[in-house]
Amino acid sequence: MEEKKQLTLILGVIGADVHAVGNRILEYAFTEAGFKVVNIGVMASQEEFINAAVETNADAILVSSLYGHGEIDCRGLREKAIEAGIGQIKMYVGGNLVVGKQDWLEVEKRFTNMGFDRAYPPGTMPQEAIDDIVRDFGFKERC
Amino acid sequence: MELALLIDFGSTYTKVTAVDVAAAEVIATARGISTVETNILEGLGQALAEIKPHFGGVLPDFTHRLACSSAAGGLRMVAIGLVQELTVEAARQAALGAGARVLGVYAHQLTAGEIKQIDDGCPDIILLAGGTDGGNKETILHNARMLATSQCTATIIVAGNKSAADEVLQILEQAGKDVRVTANVLPELNKLNVEPARDTIRQTFLEKIVEAKGLRRAESYLQRILMPTPAAVLQAAKLLAMGNEEEKGWGDLLIVDIGGATTDVHSIAEGYPTKSGVTYKGLPEPYAKRTVEGDLGMRVSALSLLESIGSRKLAAISGQAEQAVTEYINTIHNRIELLPESEEQWKIDTAMAKAATDLAVERHSGTLETMWTPMGAVHVQHGKDLTEIPYLIGTGGVIVKHPNPKEILQGALYKPDQPTVLRPQKAKLMLDKEYILAAIGLLAEVRPTAALRLAKKYINPVI
Repeated sequence: MEEKKQLTLILGVIGADVHAVGNRILEYAFTEAGFKVVNIGVMASQEEFINAAVETNADAILVSSLYGHGEIDCRGLREKAIEAGIGQIKMYVGGNLVVGKQDWLEVEKRFTNMGFDRAYPPGTMPQEAIDDIVRDFGFKERC
Repeated sequence: MELALLIDFGSTYTKVTAVDVAAAEVIATARGISTVETNILEGLGQALAEIKPHFGGVLPDFTHRLACSSAAGGLRMVAIGLVQELTVEAARQAALGAGARVLGVYAHQLTAGEIKQIDDGCPDIILLAGGTDGGNKETILHNARMLATSQCTATIIVAGNKSAADEVLQILEQAGKDVRVTANVLPELNKLNVEPARDTIRQTFLEKIVEAKGLRRAESYLQRILMPTPAAVLQAAKLLAMGNEEEKGWGDLLIVDIGGATTDVHSIAEGYPTKSGVTYKGLPEPYAKRTVEGDLGMRVSALSLLESIGSRKLAAISGQAEQAVTEYINTIHNRIELLPESEEQWKIDTAMAKAATDLAVERHSGTLETMWTPMGAVHVQHGKDLTEIPYLIGTGGVIVKHPNPKEILQGALYKPDQPTVLRPQKAKLMLDKEYILAAIGLLAEVRPTAALRLAKKYINPVI
């Protein structure tokens, strides 16, 4: 039965970031891939991600950040999820997460240490994340 | 002649309005003391005796005899949801829009202490929400099991996650509760759906609450007690704003209803951002939105009004000494039937009404927040933008009898020192002079066009 369950994803652009176009593209791509996407849009606070995930019983939180302040904006999100009783929820983050040309492996490590399951560098295609999510939830094919 | 008798059983007064339907004309209005505790028909008889002379000493055969009621404590409700800003807020909005007095709201999983609180409050209806459709089930199931242990005989209306509805129904029915299931107040995260819950609340009111409050006796003379009074006012507001197939309405409007115990604000407007470059955040608000300020009242809640506004501010508005303000408010709080007599008292009364209007509309209106981002300033709107609203209507005992209602209503308008509060900026100030908004809401049930014409005729600009 679990095999057939449609996954619910919370999608949003965190902090004071107003990049709406990529957010729409991701909503389209993930919906097409068969997920139930709850898009909380741009300028989403950590509380909005958490509240949306609690109320919709979401399986994963997908955070975008394009304006370079992702590191500050994302800090404490995992802790808040734990406080809200959804500490087990999977978290993904991607975009222009930091300012300047920094070593990606370094950056990735910072985000996984923050409690994210996966982090994606600039230029990642949606399909890559879709495949990862499908695999992370133990599905063999697209759901 | 098609005549309608429209009655409002209030907490203090029973108000009757006799209307000539075809001519859209008020023939007479009168009021008697509400006598719900003893025999509701006594107060009604008193009021009816007063309108008799207008019909040559004999009451005619009224085609429509309809009533609304806020007597016996009004419709008392409790709203339960999951997350405060989401399903709890949606449930609260549904209850308020149905004309209820909201005794309390509860988020997340109910505790034994909270169940006791609910039992002590003894509401008429409990609205149980929680989870979007297909979302969280755990909390609403937990809360249903907790409510199953409560002593309270309230009707429980379930308006939460539909995937859990059957199980919730079963749990509560097994515990012998009166349960009704309706559509989720928040089926998707950003989609408010309060109408089905409002309808179910109203249905419950008709079937059960009227009986429980000793109002059924009045139905021997009346055809029906249709709804709680605030719901009738909201109904009138909606009709006046939207019009119907036969006649156009006025468009967006705001109503301020200043009472002895509360100040209600109704807005009929989408409230979308009126300026470019503004992003909307948070739960969408209902097109017909009602807020109730329990701390802002002219008599029963006079002391809490003093506390919320402060004696200094009231003194400044009225031009009276702080001590005089405090003394007057203490006096009227103890003797709620008192009306101002001296000029000094009138000034304080006016200042109270103006400040209550000001604060109630501030709390009802949306806000604009400026956030500085690497891309410059970004404006975020929470709640409704009412800046462009064309009509502001005043109603309620204080304002309809006031010699200068304009001064009170101006309290609602835009303040340069509060640029982030999205209040009406250039609304035309109107007055429900005959105090018939609730009657219009009732008449709208049977003769909407006549009700609309009545509203347009009797709600006039303030001078």
